[in-house]
Amino acid sequence: MVELTLPANSRIREGKTFPAPAGAKKVKRFRIYRYDPDSGENPRLDTFEVDLDACGPMVLDALIKIKNEMDATLTFRRSCREGVCGSCAFNIDGINTLACTKAIDEIKGDVKVYPLPHMPVVKDLVPDLSIPYAQLRAIEPWLKADTPAPARERLQSPEERAKLDGLWECILCFCCQTSCPSYWWNGDRYLGPAVLLQAYRWIADSRDEATGERLDQLNDPYRLFRCHTIMNCTMTCPKHLNPGKAIAEIKSLLAQRL
Amino acid sequence: MELRSSLSRARGLGSAKEGVHHWWGQRVTAIALVPLSLWFVVSAIGLMGADLPAFQAWIGSLFNAVLMVVLVAVLFYHAWLGMQVVIEDYVHGEAAKTTSLLIVKFALAVMAVACILAVARLAIGA
Repeated sequence: MVELTLPANSRIREGKTFPAPAGAKKVKRFRIYRYDPDSGENPRLDTFEVDLDACGPMVLDALIKIKNEMDATLTFRRSCREGVCGSCAFNIDGINTLACTKAIDEIKGDVKVYPLPHMPVVKDLVPDLSIPYAQLRAIEPWLKADTPAPARERLQSPEERAKLDGLWECILCFCCQTSCPSYWWNGDRYLGPAVLLQAYRWIADSRDEATGERLDQLNDPYRLFRCHTIMNCTMTCPKHLNPGKAIAEIKSLLAQRL
Repeated sequence: MELRSSLSRARGLGSAKEGVHHWWGQRVTAIALVPLSLWFVVSAIGLMGADLPAFQAWIGSLFNAVLMVVLVAVLFYHAWLGMQVVIEDYVHGEAAKTTSLLIVKFALAVMAVACILAVARLAIGA
């Protein structure tokens, strides 16, 4: 039935405080979620006082500074540090976004950093994304065509190519996926906004010849129709894409072939 | 212990290849309910304080009786579709989900039949 009790290790305790160095003038407090499932202990919220005069402008700069100078055990993913790789997605100041493109001075008060919501936590800010990755694999995100490959590339007009704008830019950070309440409640069967945006990216591709097959695979009460246009996905997307619209386009195509 | 691969879990039992009718039906019934509800509210205000013979005369007109039956049918079908979504969203576990779906849908069907019979009885006379 409806789950009203919290699972084990859900309650977050107050953690340690790491004070700023003496003489720091511009101090910002970072409240960071820490959890090590192997320890058997509950998660805790550590406080790091960071001297912003000796720190880069973005939240990721502060996280790297904390890891380098204050607590080397802090665990998080990051790579490109410029909003292209999608590794450093966290729940920052209550909204899923990329730490590398979120400016510290945009945040009033303490900077709260949690892992992406409702995913199993591997350690600290690292979520286990193996299910969303498998869901992406399940929609077969590659070109499918029966027409034999031409000598050169498969042609696409500028208008046909324009239909992929707003879709190809997705970096698969899963900010939208993990912001969706429907995905929280039914993530085992609902594909979620990021995966459905990718599904639509191949449905919308003029070179793809498996549109009907792809629609068949999505036409399911859970896989697609768990989307109730809550639109958290579009609100949170750090690349300003619109997964909600992509999902609506898929529904509209399914209705067209009724 | 579950050692199934993530891909096997993601694919699950496969696509139902059905779901768009439910979604489309919900939209169509929602839109149909706008004029029907307006008509019902206006009629109900007009009938405030009416006694039984006045009410029987009102529903005795074919126009009103037909709209009333259509309203009841659309309303309960919309509730049927909507309650299904709510239960599928929030009730987990196959047994609990199937049981609550059956109970709710059966109750809605019984209520719809009762309403339609009530209209028929009033319109045609007991």
